[in-house]
Amino acid sequence: MSVTDSPAVRRVGRIALIAWAVFGFIFLFTPIVVTVIYSFNEPTGKYNYIWNKFSLAAWKDPFKYPELTNSLVYSLKVAFVVTLIATVLGTLMGMAMVKYKFRAKGVLGAVIVLPLTMPEVVMGFSLLTLFVTLNWSRGFVTIIIAQVMFSVSYVATTVRARIRGFDWRLEEASADLGAGPVRTFTKITLPLIAPGVLAAAMLTFALSLDDFIITYLNSGLDNTFPIEIWNLKRSRVPTQINVFSTSLLVISVLMALLVIWQGRRRQRALDGAASASTGIGTHGLAAG
Amino acid sequence: MTQQATQEGLSTPTSGYDPSTSIIEIDHVTKSFGSFTAVDDANFSIAQGEFFSMLGPSGCGKTTTLRMIAGFEQPTSGAIRLDGTDVSRVPPNKRDVNTVFQQYALFPHMNVFDNVAFGPRSRKASKDEIAKRVPELLEIVRLADFANRRPSQLSGGQQQRVALARALVNLPKALLLDEPLGALDLKLRHAMQFELKRIQREVGITFVYVTHDQEEALTMSDRIAVMSDGRVEQIGTPTEIYDNPASVFVAGFIGQANLWPGTVTGRSGETADIVALGGASLKGRCQSEALRSGTDAVLMVRPERITISTNDPGPTIQRVRGTVVDLTFQGPIVRLVLHTSDDTPIIANIDPDHDLPMLRPGDNVWASWSTNAASVLPASPDHPLTATDVVDEG
Repeated sequence: MSVTDSPAVRRVGRIALIAWAVFGFIFLFTPIVVTVIYSFNEPTGKYNYIWNKFSLAAWKDPFKYPELTNSLVYSLKVAFVVTLIATVLGTLMGMAMVKYKFRAKGVLGAVIVLPLTMPEVVMGFSLLTLFVTLNWSRGFVTIIIAQVMFSVSYVATTVRARIRGFDWRLEEASADLGAGPVRTFTKITLPLIAPGVLAAAMLTFALSLDDFIITYLNSGLDNTFPIEIWNLKRSRVPTQINVFSTSLLVISVLMALLVIWQGRRRQRALDGAASASTGIGTHGLAAG
Repeated sequence: MTQQATQEGLSTPTSGYDPSTSIIEIDHVTKSFGSFTAVDDANFSIAQGEFFSMLGPSGCGKTTTLRMIAGFEQPTSGAIRLDGTDVSRVPPNKRDVNTVFQQYALFPHMNVFDNVAFGPRSRKASKDEIAKRVPELLEIVRLADFANRRPSQLSGGQQQRVALARALVNLPKALLLDEPLGALDLKLRHAMQFELKRIQREVGITFVYVTHDQEEALTMSDRIAVMSDGRVEQIGTPTEIYDNPASVFVAGFIGQANLWPGTVTGRSGETADIVALGGASLKGRCQSEALRSGTDAVLMVRPERITISTNDPGPTIQRVRGTVVDLTFQGPIVRLVLHTSDDTPIIANIDPDHDLPMLRPGDNVWASWSTNAASVLPASPDHPLTATDVVDEG
């Protein structure tokens, strides 16, 4: 028995591993926890940087700064439109890449991950150059175009990964029973790939709300939430920022939990089925 | 004696279809994928109400043919006619045929009722009609109590019957079944074979059945098309195919067969003379026009058609002399292996009650069979035989 195998050494190793993991989680979650805690702060000046005392003032009056509220509404609008467009386009792309064999498939597979790997500044400036060359004024439309551009990649890769195991014979079965392509898609394909599409849509929504660099470079005069915070920083950092951020955090965590819970339920149904199919086997024979 | 029993056991009169009608015509259909020919000039028709099987090993083109009838593939050349109309270029959703898929392909997000109702709903049937017909079909497949279950909550055999009900509810002109029993265990498979026959008789719809299981095809079909390498080797009733195979492939694929290489020495009508088994002059039934005096051929005799005796049975019957090499008791039969003078093996399945003195390896006996039991087949370059080659598909 070597030294590394002794129980004492193994125990130390396990404790060290747990400690390291805890440290990792602290590192990841501290900023989030601080943001939540500071939404209950009553800062002494205009900057919510130093803890003063507990207060619910900001929570009671979240819409005190109209420019901040407007920017959040604007961000939500942008995120909604971007999610809609990117989810539809990306889902179709992801499906095409799984389902069909075509000549440029390899090239498309490579191109589609490009926006995920390219530095945001480069992409933002490229788009800005394009819009300036085209003489388009920056605003809602250019933000949408810019965000859809990179979101589509996320949707396509997510959907592609999620529908790898999809049983395409179900589409054949549907056609065989007399359903046209539209009915097959809406009644069979879409309901079955919905979890993957939903996950991709949620990711897109979060990315859109979150994006700063690309949006900043192509936004024009109207500010999204992150840009507004960036601009406000010069004059004040109100507690309402933390209130909004905390609210968004709570909503997204709840949505994520909902998706996970749904997934578990689905999985349980499938597991139950697996044991049932062996259990009912003889019963089925008797019934026949 | 065994001869008569075998024939009766195989010719199960089944659907009572009218062979003069034709619901599906496969008119010189060829299907290629790139340079690979999956189906090579298939040409046959299937009668109204018939239970028709396409039988062959995997890759023989049977599933591709079925998929062309369903509309999932289009023939490279030739035409497929359904009830007289050319449907070669008609998409599957506009064809009046339905398919039972290999792994059933039930819609996992719908319950049994909605799975079965999917067809009528797609064809815009009225609510009343659906409410009437779906339970009817569930009754036929004996799943009336399972209407609210999801497919994942059913056993394999039950899923199979849902697939059947779903495909039959539209009352198609033909039902296409792609190895529908392949995923079931042996016991359930036998029960379902029975079920399928019952349902087919009940609804009177043409069944086109794809399988690689020869026993399944023999027990269920009115007619069988045996396929190999994209070609249809033979079409006929189970009895015809078993008793009178057209090729070495068919003889070997269906049932057990002794296959002995030899040379044709003469021909008169449907009978050919052949020298085989170490120089013995024998006779057999022969359908092939290509076999003339001097050509290489194969003599085929089923093991259960061979009678063993210690005395010479006389020249009125086909006979050769052999030495017992091996005896195996196999329950209902005794399997006997003889060697002829040139060491060609002869396999004979004999009745354990057969009135024979105790045989031991080394004994010299006569193996004999009637001329009707022997077939002279063209030698096949695809299935070459060696002296020791006895095909045993069990």
